[in-house]
Amino acid sequence: MSDHAVFILSAYLVVLVVLGGLTIASLSGRNKARRELTARGLERPREQRARASR
Amino acid sequence: MADLHFLANPARFRRFSQRVMPSLSFATGLAFLVGLYFALVQSPPDYQQGETVRIMFVHVPSAWLSMAGYALLAVLGASLLVWRHPLAALVARAAAPVGACFALVCLITGSLWGRPMWGTYWVWDARLTSMLLLFFLYLGHIALSRAYDDPDRGDRAAAILALIGAINLPIIKFSVDWWNTLHQPASVMKLGGPSIHPAILTPLLWMAGSLLLLFILLVLVRTETEIDRRRLEIAELSADQAA
Repeated sequence: MSDHAVFILSAYLVVLVVLGGLTIASLSGRNKARRELTARGLERPREQRARASR
Repeated sequence: MADLHFLANPARFRRFSQRVMPSLSFATGLAFLVGLYFALVQSPPDYQQGETVRIMFVHVPSAWLSMAGYALLAVLGASLLVWRHPLAALVARAAAPVGACFALVCLITGSLWGRPMWGTYWVWDARLTSMLLLFFLYLGHIALSRAYDDPDRGDRAAAILALIGAINLPIIKFSVDWWNTLHQPASVMKLGGPSIHPAILTPLLWMAGSLLLLFILLVLVRTETEIDRRRLEIAELSADQAA
């Protein structure tokens, strides 16, 4: 990829770190909120939700 | 418009979001695989930029999505202030960090392209400066919406900032026409159609599509989280009042 490979790979690495990090943070935030709701009895656990939707 | 009213109910939105999430995740992953294949393997080097054109495949879609994200914040701000749409504030809280990350990716990848092409990482040119301002507007929106103990007050303040900040969007778009900038003029979204070769346009559109799907997916996940957080806050308040 020529002598500019370092710039190209750095750009794709930035995309991976920033957007990958945001995706992981978003999913873990959602799971944390769901766990709290389940612990307070405001949300049925995942298995019960799946059974109800069948 | 009827669909928007249908989704105004947070519980209904949550059910809709959980139903579309698996197929949306699959489509995003697939689009990324195809997009990356075109961007890194299939596409030829540009006759002027050489191999560095591959940076454009992530830089340009990030710029489009960060601008579209801010336009979404402005529409949501108007929905909140004018119609008091029950979901507008929650979606705005969810979308602002996603838009900010896309603006950050746009700025950093633009810098990495600028070093080999222009000989510098940064210049205070109108396009770059207005894009940096967009990133700060996003940070301001995130900070304002979380600055008050009363979340409704924070959401209203952030909505006003989103509406005022929307003035920056046409400035970003037309900065290359209004001022003499180092940044090149538009080559895809312009009157008369795109002026770039299909071999370069194809990977650009695939990457734009996959990043758009990721943007939607992230906003849906984060909106669900915001709905759950509001439910927790309401439960805490009810428990405090009962005690």
